[in-house]
Amino acid sequence: MEITGILKERKKDVLDRWFQEVADTYPGETPRFLRNKADRFANPLGHAVRQGLEGLLNGLLSGAGDDELAPHLDEIVRIRAVQEFSPSEAVRFVFQLKGIVREEHGGRSGEALADELSEMETRIDRLALLAFDNYMSCRERLFEIRVKELKDTISVQARNTWRPAAGEAGSETFQKRNDRRGKDEAR
Amino acid sequence: MAATPKPEELQQIDYTPPEKEWMEVPPSFKPGTWCYAGKPQILEYLGLPNPRKWSPADEDWKFPDNWKNTILEGIRERLLKFRSFHLFMDICVRCGACADKCHFYLGSGDPKNMPVLRAELLRSIYRREFTLTGKIFKKMAGGRELTEEVIKEWFSYFYQCTECRRCSVFCPYGIDTAEITMMGRELLHLIGMNTNWILEPAANCYRMGNHLGIQPHAFKDSLLGLVEDIEMETGIKVDPSFNRKGAEILFITPSADVFAMPAIFTMMGYMMLFHHLDLDVTFSTYASEGGNFGLFTSHEMQKRLNYKMYAEAKRLGVKWILGGECGHMWRVIHQYMGTHWDGCDELEVPVSPVTGTRFEHAKFTKMIHICEFTADLIKNNKLKLNPKRNDPYRVTFHDSCNPARGMGFFEEPRYVIENVANNFFEMPENTIREQTFCCGAGTGLNTDEFMEMRMRGGYPRASALKYVAGKHDVNLMATICAIDKATLDALVKYWIPEVEIGGVHELVGNALEMEGQNDRETNLRGEPLPVEPSESPPAAEGGEAGAEGGEA
Repeated sequence: MEITGILKERKKDVLDRWFQEVADTYPGETPRFLRNKADRFANPLGHAVRQGLEGLLNGLLSGAGDDELAPHLDEIVRIRAVQEFSPSEAVRFVFQLKGIVREEHGGRSGEALADELSEMETRIDRLALLAFDNYMSCRERLFEIRVKELKDTISVQARNTWRPAAGEAGSETFQKRNDRRGKDEAR
Repeated sequence: MAATPKPEELQQIDYTPPEKEWMEVPPSFKPGTWCYAGKPQILEYLGLPNPRKWSPADEDWKFPDNWKNTILEGIRERLLKFRSFHLFMDICVRCGACADKCHFYLGSGDPKNMPVLRAELLRSIYRREFTLTGKIFKKMAGGRELTEEVIKEWFSYFYQCTECRRCSVFCPYGIDTAEITMMGRELLHLIGMNTNWILEPAANCYRMGNHLGIQPHAFKDSLLGLVEDIEMETGIKVDPSFNRKGAEILFITPSADVFAMPAIFTMMGYMMLFHHLDLDVTFSTYASEGGNFGLFTSHEMQKRLNYKMYAEAKRLGVKWILGGECGHMWRVIHQYMGTHWDGCDELEVPVSPVTGTRFEHAKFTKMIHICEFTADLIKNNKLKLNPKRNDPYRVTFHDSCNPARGMGFFEEPRYVIENVANNFFEMPENTIREQTFCCGAGTGLNTDEFMEMRMRGGYPRASALKYVAGKHDVNLMATICAIDKATLDALVKYWIPEVEIGGVHELVGNALEMEGQNDRETNLRGEPLPVEPSESPPAAEGGEAGAEGGEA
């Protein structure tokens, strides 16, 4: 597939543009900060977005499967799922790649190119569907954690209310079942 | 007929935020990014103004009459009272050194979380109303009118600051932006704009001794539950005492250590240590809280709750106070208590009854940190420790903001961890010690309805943790603050679920060799251990023996 070769050659430009478009979804001075601050721990958001996009681009260009793409996608979606974005804004960055690919394909035209572009766009659409799943799982996770935090508060109190005295019937079973030692269900 | 737009044209939706002056961008009150409002009965209990039912999601916040005047008078009073506040309002040159240091900024990308801009929310009113240039040149001089929108913005952003003070580490002028947030919150209290998660614990603490409002019998019962748990794991029945007059030491820790996961494992560690040393120590069911939510309310409230601990120490007639793994309790003691009152002459300078070490640095507070106490024990070879019991853990240490930046407490917890665990790994340098990243939910923001914002604020910490988890297979992050233990537990479940949260004294409890113990086949969480039961414990661990009776 020729377009893959062209995009591989222009990978740095494609990546820079893609990153910039994601960074530009943040207000004020933030895009500049995300772009310029090099230290990954001083700029964790910028670092994660760049790493994630690079992983996704490499994956798309090498025909990687969903399992390989998912962790890179998660690096970005997990963050955007808890930021000040609507669901569509949170996953839009995937579609932004389409426009970039169309502009960065090297000025060629013709039927073969149209087919190749169409195939690449199908891959990007597939990625968008994955992003949707990813976004939903993050939001569900968020609410699971919230519910678990509430339940923990209640269960620690209930544990005291219902604890049989040592030696009393059921005390041993109670202790064994005690969820203090159980692994977190939400984990 | 208009041409059909091409797909590329249809795709051109501009998501770039509009270029507006920050003053013109109103705050958003999306669910998950604000805390529930203070309940009227709680405000009444604490004697705070404007008790009413309201919600930050409402259009009408039910401002009291004459609220503007109340706020301006409040600012005037504080400018006169606190020289620091006056200076902080005047001396910022907007150099931007703090701008990218806030965890909420790094996690949200929202410029109003840049500490300089968060301070500007208040500074702009100060300029307009209290400076000559602001009165004359108004907006040109960076001033703006005090409106209801401004108050809503204050509420949003002063409750998106955890007063962690990371920004202040980088300020060349030494501006403590956390104190600007504190002033902002005090002003909001004057007109009844506050959050229940802070006020209800403060009210409970004032009335019943601890944040959860647990009554004495329930407090005692909970600890007795942990006595059973300790017996199950170690075969040893520890025997804590409560409200015992004439004890040498009063032990005060956050009530979360008694009731909340995973802090209760830390409590088990304390209790085992006290029993092992046969320490003359007592718990109080009245001063049953180290935490001080007054710090997040007002300086008066902070003083009330801090004094309660000393009143109880005097009542029981103890010599000194030992404090548990707490965050803001230590900040109040080290930074503010000396401005509240002259100190408690009835108590004595803490002296370890085991090593004889006299903790001179605590001669005013009469209170030392459990990690100082334990580090001193280890340094003087007073504990038998088997760090292999912590071998399933690959540990890193999260410096809690308050002990770290509020009291410069870096080495003691690390010294203890390194002596009780074999696998210890530091997170990157610019995310620990004085540069530590906040858990994202300090200062009373650790409530479930604020979960989305907590995940944003805690992201920089999670990012550094993820790095060491990937590099060194770290699976436990130890910390010495109860809010950290509770809130980081939620944070890691979202960002990095393979890591668990624990306490330093939980690790101490695991490693401690106690006379008459069983085979110790499990750790304090009841998880099986790889240590051979027949293996004889090694000799006392710890660095070179320090001189007994030396000064800490």
